Amino acid sequence: MASSSQTPVSNVGGRLGAVQKWIDDRFPLTKLWQEQASQYYAPKSMNFWYYFGSLAMLVLVIQLLTGLFLTMSYKPSSAEAFSSVEYIMRDVDWGWLIRYMHSTGASAFFIVVYLHMFRALLYGSYQKPRELVWIFGMLLYLCLMGEAFFGYLLPWGNMSYWGAQVIVSLFGAIPVVGDSLTEWIRGDYYISDVTLNRFFALHVIALPLALVFLTIAHLMALHEVGSNNPDGVDIKKVKGPDGIPLDGITFHPYYTVKDMVGVGVFLILFSLVIFFAPTMGGYFLEHANFEPANALQTPPHIAPVWYFTPYYAILRSVPNKGLGAALMGVAVLLFVFLPWLDRGKVKSIRYRGPLFKFFLFSFAISFICLGYLGMQPPTPTYTMASRVFATVYFAFFLLMPWYTSIDKTKPVPTRVTYHAH
Amino acid sequence: MTDQVDTGRRHFLTVATVATGAVGAAFALTPFLASWKPSARAKAMGAPVEVDISKLEAGALMKIEWRGKAVYIVHRTPEMLAALKAVDSQLRDPQSAESDQPGFAKNEARALKPEFLVLVGVCTHLGCAPLDKFSPGDATVSADWPGGFFCPCHGSKFDMSGRVFQGVPAPLNLPVPPYKFVSDTRIMIGAESGNA
Repeated sequence: MASSSQTPVSNVGGRLGAVQKWIDDRFPLTKLWQEQASQYYAPKSMNFWYYFGSLAMLVLVIQLLTGLFLTMSYKPSSAEAFSSVEYIMRDVDWGWLIRYMHSTGASAFFIVVYLHMFRALLYGSYQKPRELVWIFGMLLYLCLMGEAFFGYLLPWGNMSYWGAQVIVSLFGAIPVVGDSLTEWIRGDYYISDVTLNRFFALHVIALPLALVFLTIAHLMALHEVGSNNPDGVDIKKVKGPDGIPLDGITFHPYYTVKDMVGVGVFLILFSLVIFFAPTMGGYFLEHANFEPANALQTPPHIAPVWYFTPYYAILRSVPNKGLGAALMGVAVLLFVFLPWLDRGKVKSIRYRGPLFKFFLFSFAISFICLGYLGMQPPTPTYTMASRVFATVYFAFFLLMPWYTSIDKTKPVPTRVTYHAH
Repeated sequence: MTDQVDTGRRHFLTVATVATGAVGAAFALTPFLASWKPSARAKAMGAPVEVDISKLEAGALMKIEWRGKAVYIVHRTPEMLAALKAVDSQLRDPQSAESDQPGFAKNEARALKPEFLVLVGVCTHLGCAPLDKFSPGDATVSADWPGGFFCPCHGSKFDMSGRVFQGVPAPLNLPVPPYKFVSDTRIMIGAESGNA
């Protein structure tokens, strides 16, 4: 999708061709384009689930651009941050649109990334030889979580303040060094101007850079091993006499055009939210954040934004500070080990046995339910429900070596399943 | 001179260069990491705060800010004080052996003068501000609630002395800051004299 804007065509003649040759003699422009797009062969059976990678990149670009313009009017100080956001919303021409694009973009990023990750679970995209593609993806996910967390403090609303207070305090659960570590992260004895200023720096410089470089690494690793597909077939095993995979089509123009359809649909939905429900009823922008930070008053009901609530529910379900924080961390990190936890002989859900389907389905349900429970007040019933779903969540990962090795799988064909349209 | 490459020597020099470089990099990193610690200005802002408590009615709570944290001052009623003993068995640390506090607070009342409770209003779980739910049986907590502090974030419960109940995420009693009575109606938070 991103590469579709460049248009070096290898067979142009005349003056344009001369320019291209001049560049190619000094920089591998045409070579890069061919390797990454016009001669990169992707399986011809990539379906709906394959939209979310390119959409994640689109949202990254939206966030970088809108973020850049927001920094031009935003003041990262505890005295001015809240009012500078109001200034953007009320006084800056189109400031409201840029800010709503950015705040909606944050939620859109997580929606797209969660669907992208679920695709990998469905089709075994993390399995050999795509372990590094997956690990770069997980690092991207961790950076994205950091980016969302740091960004959430910046409006300096009361939920910003107390959200940061809770998450930073999590590090206090680490034995021995915990307290000095939280003090080091905050740079003060409480969440203060100092904390806000450094979170701003991390949000606008450190993590965006990391996101961009990791995206490049993610794509380089992917294009080295080739894209997976809904059958989990290795298309490089069946090649024609010309050495081209029989089930492969070039990324450009076939998938650039397909992804443009995805982009179109995405932008329609994205616009609907921005123009008609920018707060999404308190799910994308929490109501408590429309009042300024107050160190003396925790909002009556505190919950993170929806994309963190599954982990938050796991944290709350444990009546022990250290163990709760540790389980929450483990819940995130377990994804990294999927390539080695999965002992299945097939990649795709289409050929998996009933056990894997059962565990994956239970996991998806428990992730959604934990997400809901993380938004609710901590009543005994909800806490007990969180414990049940957290157990299912962990069972998906920890029992995976067992159920994937004994599961009855179907034989995988050599060619992809494809229906011509 | 010989054309033979001394690979052992070459390997040693490579390792030695990398090791020296790593030490240098670690030293170069130090100022950047240290710049994240509380600055001299942040350290200097922790001065004591003096509070007038003459208008604080029995059963009421007031909040003041000290070092950016909420400090709760509660004027406890005789009933509240009498009820402290009854909850001992439900507490994690009734004698405040492990909590963060001046020496005088290692008992049920956790105060210099039992009727005035002074606490740092920061939950020992993840730092939220616990709410005052002083009336026993408060429906927003539970029917058998004896009265105390309730943290809305993760459901931690503390009694009328800020002592943590069992079975909640918070590990420790609410901290008691150092303080002293300047006069009968004025408390200084952040300074301790030892003899009040």
